[in-house]
Amino acid sequence: MDYTQYPDAKGHFGIYGGIFAPETLMEPLRELTQAYHHYRVDPEFLAELEDDFQHYVGRPTPLYHAQRLSNHLGGAQIYFKREDLNHTGAHKINNSIGQALLAKRMGKTRIIAETGAGQHGVATATVAARLGLECVIYMGADDIVRQAPNVMRMKMLGATVVGVTSGTRTLKDALNEAMRDWVSNVDNTFYIIGTAAGPHPYPQIVRDFQSVIGRETKQQCLAQIGALPDAVVACVGGGSNAIGIFYDFLNDEGVSLYGVEAGGDGLETGRHAAPLNAGRPGVLHGNRTYLMQDENGQIIGTHSISAGLDYPGVGPEHAFLKDTGRANYVAITDDEALDGFRLLTKMEGIIPALETSHAIAYIAKLAPELSKHQSIVVNLSGRGDKDMNTIAAIEGFTL
Amino acid sequence: MNRLETVFADTRAHNRAALIPYIAAGDPHPLLTVPLMHALVDAGADVLELGIPFSDPMADGPVIQRATERALRYGVSLRNVLEMVMDFRRQDQLTPVVLMGYANPIEAMGIEQFAHEAASAGVDGVLTVDYPAEEAMPVTQALKAQGLANIFLVSPTTPVEREQATLQQAGGFIYYVSLRGVTGAKLSDLAEVRAKVEELKAQSSLPVGVGFGIRDAETAGKMAAFADAVVVGSALVEAIEAVADKGDAVVLAAAAALIKPIRAALQR
Repeated sequence: MDYTQYPDAKGHFGIYGGIFAPETLMEPLRELTQAYHHYRVDPEFLAELEDDFQHYVGRPTPLYHAQRLSNHLGGAQIYFKREDLNHTGAHKINNSIGQALLAKRMGKTRIIAETGAGQHGVATATVAARLGLECVIYMGADDIVRQAPNVMRMKMLGATVVGVTSGTRTLKDALNEAMRDWVSNVDNTFYIIGTAAGPHPYPQIVRDFQSVIGRETKQQCLAQIGALPDAVVACVGGGSNAIGIFYDFLNDEGVSLYGVEAGGDGLETGRHAAPLNAGRPGVLHGNRTYLMQDENGQIIGTHSISAGLDYPGVGPEHAFLKDTGRANYVAITDDEALDGFRLLTKMEGIIPALETSHAIAYIAKLAPELSKHQSIVVNLSGRGDKDMNTIAAIEGFTL
Repeated sequence: MNRLETVFADTRAHNRAALIPYIAAGDPHPLLTVPLMHALVDAGADVLELGIPFSDPMADGPVIQRATERALRYGVSLRNVLEMVMDFRRQDQLTPVVLMGYANPIEAMGIEQFAHEAASAGVDGVLTVDYPAEEAMPVTQALKAQGLANIFLVSPTTPVEREQATLQQAGGFIYYVSLRGVTGAKLSDLAEVRAKVEELKAQSSLPVGVGFGIRDAETAGKMAAFADAVVVGSALVEAIEAVADKGDAVVLAAAAALIKPIRAALQR
């Protein structure tokens, strides 16, 4: 089976994905699809993207062999794909740059985006500043509090940050509000969705721009290890960093893929954000995918220590990879993630984002099960500077 | 003729546009929904549009979002909405009832199951904001098998080719979204609305209703000159919200008071 041939022309990954959008957005989505299919093979567009990746973002990012952590865990060799070293501190900018270049070519003058942890908001505000575009970022009111440093960065970059007080005041509500803005301003506005979800063509666009992570990783593995890794691990909220590193390995079935969802207080408590582990398929935000929902189809509140994973849905390609069995989806609790955060910080001198800490906590379980001749690549998707307020409160520090 | 066809034949015969008020089921509280439906009919409503509360109403403005949140505080589910329609039908077998909502509650019940239960309850049509024609065929077929209309939105951004694809599945009436925006936003260009409604009428024998942004009798009257029906949603929901804590009788009176002058303005 060729896993890389999806989505189909109508945006479906098996039964998932699609375009479940309000009528007003159907034509803008068609225009976006058309523009994207034109530019994704346009040499000039690709050259500009490549140039920005290299000189503005700082790509390729290193693949780092974490020997001390590997020895400590006593199993597989652990390698980190250092997306935290990108400009703005996470993988998010790979996609923001790509979509902003698309926006510019489509003649749009105004950029909007939703953000959870603020990493996508910062990345988008950054590229909007660089391209001189107006920028409005929607962010859940609760997330504004827990990710205050990123709010400050967005404001410094000239973006308007709109606090969303409807619903659960988190990422899903920010997405609703961004959709409403787009419906109201379709003529001049480009909506840069940050995660591999939303209506087609977004899951494909986000995956394609993020797939640079997996392409580089594969080359670096062959150069540095001399083989493909035995496993690739990434955290999954909406799933952009995970699909970005998975995509080039999808047809290498010897490489096990692990997506790590936010287990919150534990799957058994219901207070988590792990739709692939404990949800069921439905329709939200323009696509069919696994959702956290009650028996009546209402989306239920999620909980995670990390704002970036605090989302009741997941990108449709992950739903597809789960059903086909190509990728495994596991969950890590808040407490385990904090242990992962401390482990990497103290063992390797790298402070990871709380989102990424979920993936690290999972390799602490997985690595000891493998031999020291085997290797695991972890997508180190973001750095933890933004989480200092949350960590300080937990550790009892006063900043 | 089914109930929707009967109503449109009647309003056409009387040279006026049909009035379609929208309320969110369960707002301001679930026990008042059926009395509100009857009060709206008494005040001149021709078709009732009943919103199915959904946790993530991404195409709705703040007024209907708040109504939805009030209903969800009572845990109003799709099944409860169908029970309300069934209750309404005990006294009123003539006024068509159209449900408006989002896909996920319907998917959670199961498309076939929903179509079956909606027909048994006395629903006449269903409008699902996030089932565009491209994704709607399974639900269109399930509804059609039960004699229900799948009602579609057409918007100012819909090109002619998409209109045609949509009209192939559309039943009941076409709901033309008169502005680029969410429910309750401000209406701008009447001439643009008129041109699009006439384009739709040329392509289909279905009646064309206009909604989004119609807040008063004056605007409704202008729309009635060329539209077959006028939908009033946010303005009505706002009027209900304003007196929600003043007792049921006041809410019923406020709803009737809002739509009566609009209804009068629909006579051509």
